[in-house]
Amino acid sequence: MIEIKNLHKSYKMGSNSLHVLKGINFSVEEGELVAIMGSSGSGKSTLLNILGMLDELDEGSYDLDGVPIKNLNETKAAQYRNKFLGFIFQSFNLINYKSAVENVALPLYYQKVGRKERHEKALKYLEQVGLKEWATHLPSELSGGQKQRVAIARAMAAEPKVLLADEPTGALDSKTSYEVMDLIQKINDAGNTILVVTHEPDIADMCKRIVHLKDGVIVEDKKIEQVRASQYV
Amino acid sequence: MFSRDNWQEIFETIQKNKLRTFLSGFTVAIGIFIFVVLFGFGNGLTNTFNKFFGDDATNVFFIFPGRTTVPYQGYKANRRIEFDNSDLADIKKDFPMFLEYITPRISRSGLVKYNNESNNYTTRAVAPSHQLNEKTIIMFGRYINESDIQEKSKIAVIGRLVGQDLFKDKNPIGEFIDISGSSFKVVGVFQDDGGDNEERTIYIPYTTRQLIEKNTDKIDQIVIGFKPEIGYTGAMAFQSSLEKFLRSKKYISPQDKNGIFVRNIADQLKQNQQLAVVLQWIVSLVAFGTIIAGIIGISNIMVFVVKERTKELGIRKALGATPKSVIGTILLESIFITTVSGFVGMMIGIGVLSSLGKSLDDYFITNPYINIGVAIFATIVLIVCGGIAGYVPARRASKIKPIVALRDE
Repeated sequence: MIEIKNLHKSYKMGSNSLHVLKGINFSVEEGELVAIMGSSGSGKSTLLNILGMLDELDEGSYDLDGVPIKNLNETKAAQYRNKFLGFIFQSFNLINYKSAVENVALPLYYQKVGRKERHEKALKYLEQVGLKEWATHLPSELSGGQKQRVAIARAMAAEPKVLLADEPTGALDSKTSYEVMDLIQKINDAGNTILVVTHEPDIADMCKRIVHLKDGVIVEDKKIEQVRASQYV
Repeated sequence: MFSRDNWQEIFETIQKNKLRTFLSGFTVAIGIFIFVVLFGFGNGLTNTFNKFFGDDATNVFFIFPGRTTVPYQGYKANRRIEFDNSDLADIKKDFPMFLEYITPRISRSGLVKYNNESNNYTTRAVAPSHQLNEKTIIMFGRYINESDIQEKSKIAVIGRLVGQDLFKDKNPIGEFIDISGSSFKVVGVFQDDGGDNEERTIYIPYTTRQLIEKNTDKIDQIVIGFKPEIGYTGAMAFQSSLEKFLRSKKYISPQDKNGIFVRNIADQLKQNQQLAVVLQWIVSLVAFGTIIAGIIGISNIMVFVVKERTKELGIRKALGATPKSVIGTILLESIFITTVSGFVGMMIGIGVLSSLGKSLDDYFITNPYINIGVAIFATIVLIVCGGIAGYVPARRASKIKPIVALRDE
């Protein structure tokens, strides 16, 4: 599903250049649940941003579902993001003046899905995350865990190939974190490919594979026995 | 870009961001409103000018005698100049190609009595053609005619308000009034657009006045109507040769400004119209300034709106919004708001102008109005500028990388 070869990325900081990713080789199969771990500054968010086409790579190659991701113009990148990727952010990034169901329907709007169908689909995904009764509520009326669940429903609504979660539990307490992870595990069980960036070991242990990043290189890549989040909920 | 779905998305955004919508809409509406009202006032001022100077005929000279200030051809300075009947005849004889009519005017003010009613009125002793230069309109009876002049008849044509004052509801025609001790028969009642003062005037034949004043042949002023077809330049030429002729006849130095005075209505009218045009220009300038201020206002708001929405636009881009759709969303929203509020501002402005109507007559603003075309043009200018003002920041926003926009807390 994801194929990355010899990926380099550096940022210009004035006259200095900061080499963040120093040759990453990494691939993800369909249906995997991968945790990308590392301390801050290890380059894990940069990797995720490149995977999410939110940032461009300097060197190397990146294939997503067999499509080479290189030199995309803005419009193409937007279309690919919409088709291939679903994002889950640490700070949820819901649009605050739109209700839960409207937020979930937004990626479908950019897929030019009709209004009625959009609404039905959005409701379906809200139901999957257990928030159907909250459909008409604004994000400001929801708790942190609920917001993240709406964001997950939104990421799923476009039926992407890969879900990318950047510290999805970073802003949540541990009980809510486990609830969110439980949801992510269930989505993964249904066959979706998910990448989770985290620095919390207990969250990483709930994935099926842990990739350890340090100073811009992968230092460890191992498959693990998944800890089910449902036992903590 | 113009699908129903797009519009629905925009309407939702507008509905849910009421303050923002109100601010941008208000700026545009107030800009157009002030423009329309100011422009209307400018037109109102022009109307006032036209009304003030449109009452009398415009092809008229008034010639007044004065006192000389320069000794000339053996005559001392400070000599009083007087006109008499021979001057009328000479002008008539010498300037037939310019002259349409000529009439003397001898104004006296005095007590006028009818039965127990009495009041002070101005009496003008004139020739029949005086009716033309004042545009006097006869309501009842008749004006002074040539046989009145020949026979020096003691008849009077009274103003509408004179009739009202002295006769109340009674028909004044055929009645006799007493003007400064002489009895005159009322033969006509007139009205005049020049205002109340004009309608508190009495006209009598000038020969009758001269007879009363010890059979003199002196006249106060000469009023000359020239042929309109000679035009403005012809009128100016006529004026200067007429002045030259009278100066030589009355032995007044060509350098003496005070010997005689000629008031040329055409010249005055032209100056007044120029003043009105300048006023209209100033008002228009202020009005366009308002439009510019409106454009700057809407530009600022658009920059603010885009800034405020940076994060939202980042989210939308992460979810798959193309740069084109980002620009489209912002642009259509701004154009929609400016169009609606511009139209509202324009309609309110026009409404205010038409409701003012006559209420500002005292402030020299008559019948303020704005040409619909001008109002629509100004509105469109503002909409287009609002669009451009929205496009520039929207384009910049569409180019922001979503990652940067999302980091923007």
